[in-house]
Amino acid sequence: MNRLTWNPKPENLPMCRRRMLGMSTVGSAALASLLSGQSLLGEQPPASNALGALRRLPLPQRAKRVIWLTMAGGPSHLELFDYKAKLAELDGQPMPESLTAGQQLAQLQGEKLVCLGPMFPFTQYGSQGVELSTLLPHIGSMVDDICLVRSMTTDAINHDPAHMFMNTGSQIAGRPSMGAWINYGLGSEASDLPGFVVLVSTGPGRSPQPIAARQWSGGFLPSRYQGVELRSRGDAVLYLGNPKGITRSQQGLDIDTINALNRSHDALVHDPEIETRIAQFELAFQMQASVPELMEASDETEDTLSMYGCQPGDGSFASNCILARRLAERGVRFIQLYHRDWDHHSLLREELPLRAAEVDRASAALIRDLKQRGLFEDTLIVWTGEFGRTPMSQQNKGPIGRDHHNKSMSMWLAGAGVRRGMVYGATDELGYSAVENVCTVHDLHATMLHQLGIEHEAFTYKFQGLDFKLTGVEPARVLHDILV
Amino acid sequence: MRYCWNAKLAVWVAFTTSYLCVWSSIVSALDPIAETIEFQRIEFNRDVRPILSDHCFACHGPDSTHRQADLRLDMREGAMAMSALVPGAPEESELVTRIESEDDSLVMPPPETHKPLSDRQKEILRRWIDQGAEYQLHWSYEVPRRPDVPKGMFPIDGLVQRRLEQRGWQLSPEADRRTLIRRLHSDLIGLPPSPEEVTAFVADESPTAYADLVERLLTSEHYGERMAIPWLDVVRYADTIGYHSDNPRNVWPYRDWVIRAFNENKPFDRFTIEQIAGDLLPDADQQSRIGSAFNRLLLTTEEGGAQPKDYEARMLADRVRAIGSVWLGQTTGCAQCHDHKFDPFTTRDFYALGAFFADVQEGLVARREDGMPVMTEDQRTQLAVLDEAVAVAKRLLSEAESNKTDDGAQAKIEWESAKKTRDAFYSGLPKCLVTKASKNHRTVRILPRGNWQDESGEVLQPAFPSYLPQPNIQGRPLNRLDLAQWLVSGEHPLTARVVMNRLWKHFFGIGLSKVLDDLGAQGEPPSNPELLDFLACEFVDSGWDYRQMVRCIVMSATYRQRSTATPEQLESDPYNRDLARQTPFRMDAELVRDYALDVAGLLKHQVGGASVKPYQPEGYWEHLNFPTRTYQADAGANQYRRGLYTWWQRSFLHPSMLAFDAPTREECCAERTRSNIPQQALVLLNDPTFVEAARGVASRMLTADLNTADINLTADDDADDARIAWGFSLVLQRTPTADERQTLRTLVNTHREIYSVDRDAASALLTTGLAPVPPKCDAVELAVWTHVARVLLSLHETITRS
Repeated sequence: MNRLTWNPKPENLPMCRRRMLGMSTVGSAALASLLSGQSLLGEQPPASNALGALRRLPLPQRAKRVIWLTMAGGPSHLELFDYKAKLAELDGQPMPESLTAGQQLAQLQGEKLVCLGPMFPFTQYGSQGVELSTLLPHIGSMVDDICLVRSMTTDAINHDPAHMFMNTGSQIAGRPSMGAWINYGLGSEASDLPGFVVLVSTGPGRSPQPIAARQWSGGFLPSRYQGVELRSRGDAVLYLGNPKGITRSQQGLDIDTINALNRSHDALVHDPEIETRIAQFELAFQMQASVPELMEASDETEDTLSMYGCQPGDGSFASNCILARRLAERGVRFIQLYHRDWDHHSLLREELPLRAAEVDRASAALIRDLKQRGLFEDTLIVWTGEFGRTPMSQQNKGPIGRDHHNKSMSMWLAGAGVRRGMVYGATDELGYSAVENVCTVHDLHATMLHQLGIEHEAFTYKFQGLDFKLTGVEPARVLHDILV
Repeated sequence: MRYCWNAKLAVWVAFTTSYLCVWSSIVSALDPIAETIEFQRIEFNRDVRPILSDHCFACHGPDSTHRQADLRLDMREGAMAMSALVPGAPEESELVTRIESEDDSLVMPPPETHKPLSDRQKEILRRWIDQGAEYQLHWSYEVPRRPDVPKGMFPIDGLVQRRLEQRGWQLSPEADRRTLIRRLHSDLIGLPPSPEEVTAFVADESPTAYADLVERLLTSEHYGERMAIPWLDVVRYADTIGYHSDNPRNVWPYRDWVIRAFNENKPFDRFTIEQIAGDLLPDADQQSRIGSAFNRLLLTTEEGGAQPKDYEARMLADRVRAIGSVWLGQTTGCAQCHDHKFDPFTTRDFYALGAFFADVQEGLVARREDGMPVMTEDQRTQLAVLDEAVAVAKRLLSEAESNKTDDGAQAKIEWESAKKTRDAFYSGLPKCLVTKASKNHRTVRILPRGNWQDESGEVLQPAFPSYLPQPNIQGRPLNRLDLAQWLVSGEHPLTARVVMNRLWKHFFGIGLSKVLDDLGAQGEPPSNPELLDFLACEFVDSGWDYRQMVRCIVMSATYRQRSTATPEQLESDPYNRDLARQTPFRMDAELVRDYALDVAGLLKHQVGGASVKPYQPEGYWEHLNFPTRTYQADAGANQYRRGLYTWWQRSFLHPSMLAFDAPTREECCAERTRSNIPQQALVLLNDPTFVEAARGVASRMLTADLNTADINLTADDDADDARIAWGFSLVLQRTPTADERQTLRTLVNTHREIYSVDRDAASALLTTGLAPVPPKCDAVELAVWTHVARVLLSLHETITRS
């Protein structure tokens, strides 16, 4: 089967084009350059016998791919995952100062700090009777398949730095995002799609978080490892569509001509970059067909659509969950979805049920769907925001809400060797601080890498003379307790 | 022009070629260090420091907090005191025992660090100790010394040749004239030469033809535009604030200031001083104040709930990193939390350097500022007149009010009208964020582990990093002007090297020291230290004359070599570190655009002005918020401006810029990556800018007077041949080969067949872009030739500077 890789090797090109390329010999440096899709200048070529830069994996690879569901804005753990009876009891009472003195606050700086009891009831789900919000009945129905972590923490308390920290392990711009790291390390099995794909949902929400393209940047890694956003409106990939008045066959003819002229020029100048250039034009042409086929999703059954609760191409989180599964099936290594509307400083009671409904059915459907297609066992699913929310109420922005909070948050993982039906870690009785099995973002990254077969301490890239790691300089631990 | 050594060397090479072929294949299997071990004395900086730094310093280096077993290997005395080193006696040196130990609990580096030493590295350390374990000051902290230059040779060439001789190589021959003019145009002004300019240069037999061309380009107003691009990267110039809402900021006059500085050849020391302290100069004026916008280019936030103290710490760190990247060539960021693990840069150095900027007035969070109005002299006079008119009207009003005359109402109307006129005039002036010094300096203290909430750290005054030369300034606190002057004092070991290393990259695709923003221990010792030192000394001695250094480089035979590599060169020096040839590289994002628009006849050559918005896919900004924004592409001339004037939205940089590796400029970027990815093909083929440019080229091919064009036609050639040749000449400034011509003829014929039966498709193709379609052209023919043009614009050769 003549399928192209995102980073095509000459031998993978379809025969007709291979003939055109000729079988010229290229030196080892040239070959490395071609394989890395990179210029010869100043790049570190990955090993030639592996898909990615890591020649062999030191650990068993339980996860072949990651689907990361980002709930941007910071969903309230106190309404969704972490019921606090004591907080309900103290509703309206002053927050004990012993907890909050000297702590980072965002919009509650200088405000009176008052406890706010959970605004929605919780109920028990699954065989273990895990307590979850009644706003999450579908996720609740799958709770025996997931591992809920109630003791997550983060360093940042504002959205942008917190997103950067969650995505790149650093609050400083310019570092590669985790998807780029993994794409770099492992390469991708996807033939004619990027190895790291980003899907940002659109919805009727009130104040969606701005999400900078830096969140899926390749940082200092070669550009080909960066995330590529597939858009639900316009061209799915920027500039994917032919100009008006040009058919696919005309486009193909032009590309053949460009490649032929590049080939004959190469015979004169012997520039290894030309080989790569030819391959990339070829790949662009393949993508012009493969991406629309992926996005259209016209072969999805009514049953599937109703399980997720969407129509293909509506840009919703649910339809992006279907795309995530389609991308997983095609071997894409890292798939990151964004739902952008969880920043409930106000209108928590009014807004949260709407947002929960937008993701609840689809998140559960994704697990169910992956299970029935045999992909659950080697797909790691992560569902998390960038931080949690305060046990204190916020009332300075309209009807009651909660402020940003970085001492505690909840998240869940599933699939790929993550223990099923587990609740890990706990917060104090008011949900203010994680107190039992406290987890950091770097721990989460280390754990994810571990399941992918990567030892996080040894996974480095030299930039500005320094060995950078996704998991940073401070020690990070793999959360073995949550792994099978 | 040839230099005499070339001929002499050629003779020598002829004798030794066969020997060399064998030898080079042996050497290529090893690396330069292998040669070192065999033949040379171990040199600490070249051979040993990189090993110690990469494998040992993290635990046994400058960082006192994390130092293990109290042992530091970056200082000879310390290492000897602990018996780690016994000079002359490797067997007695604990270092050797440990690195050669088979015991996992003893061996160094410990296995869990994943930093094992190779056998060769162990051998180097052993021999170094055997030879006396001499240390050297890190190379970049020594003041550059002007090297001896081989007599009778152009210094750059002599120093390059000296290194090539070690390999038994020589410089490649000079590139052909067409390549040279294309190369110079790309490197000096970033625009393609016209076919006529190429023809004239190729035919110019004057001995000064090359030098004349260089001078013409060095004095072009586009020279400043070209030089500005890498500078704008390294200072992280952009049109938006960066964080979260990523709202606009007024700072484009700074970009024009940079262009102008290069065009006026402002001495680099003054250029530096104006940026860091243009407001503090005794002769501060509008221009020097605009230069000081440098201090305001960092990321800022308007996010609700952001804490001023948090952002104060972030902004201090951002500025320290910037000074590190732009002038010092040191990675300073690590020292925000801990002493640098590889270089002697401490946490105290970090915050003391940040303290220089404690006087910069700014709203730390969520405060917008329009900036200083930027005025011409006329505008300044006009504003004074308008201000005066307001003052007069105001006076008349108060008189009328105090006299309780009947004119009060009328006076009020006149005052309001004068004020309105004045305000309208003022708001129409361009503005620029600039540095204003406040008398109330922010308190700067060491933040333990970078934690801004921890106020236990010592309060610091501005100070220079302790390991670098200290000027004698006493009796007053240091300020930004001191910092700026220190950086360009001439005795500073780093600045001139850092800047010349970046400049070298501009002309050769790679720095003499590869890691442009780290000349510290973890960077790379220069491939040719004498050459870098020569450039640094020459730069300082010339009075920091940037243009002179550019001239010095492009006039060298090293620069003028051809860029095609022999298989041997590609095999044994793939990155061209020895400079036995030039290096071809894909042009920067801005230039890819500029070339296409220019050959299409669409480019507007206006220098400077507010940033512009080229076509951009709809919805590309849909993830921006607070507020949401709709992109409005420019119409008219501003649609066709050069790439460097593109609106620089940090969180969503224009996608065709991004595809060709333009940095987002959120952090200082000393070096762009140069990738080769499918998105570039999609941009070249489908971005409306390039579709329109292709149509522009096609229109020119169809309307050109083919009889007068210099395209080497023969009697057998028909009109299609002539057009193809003309297009080649326009885009590539050469004639096509017979094969190339045939390939394009096939393309023409096929598209012609298609469009002659589907004229609607032809018309549809012509609707992309705002530029008017020439009325004379037949739609089918224009569409057909648009295809030829897009092929030409997409060629590797077109977007490559060779």
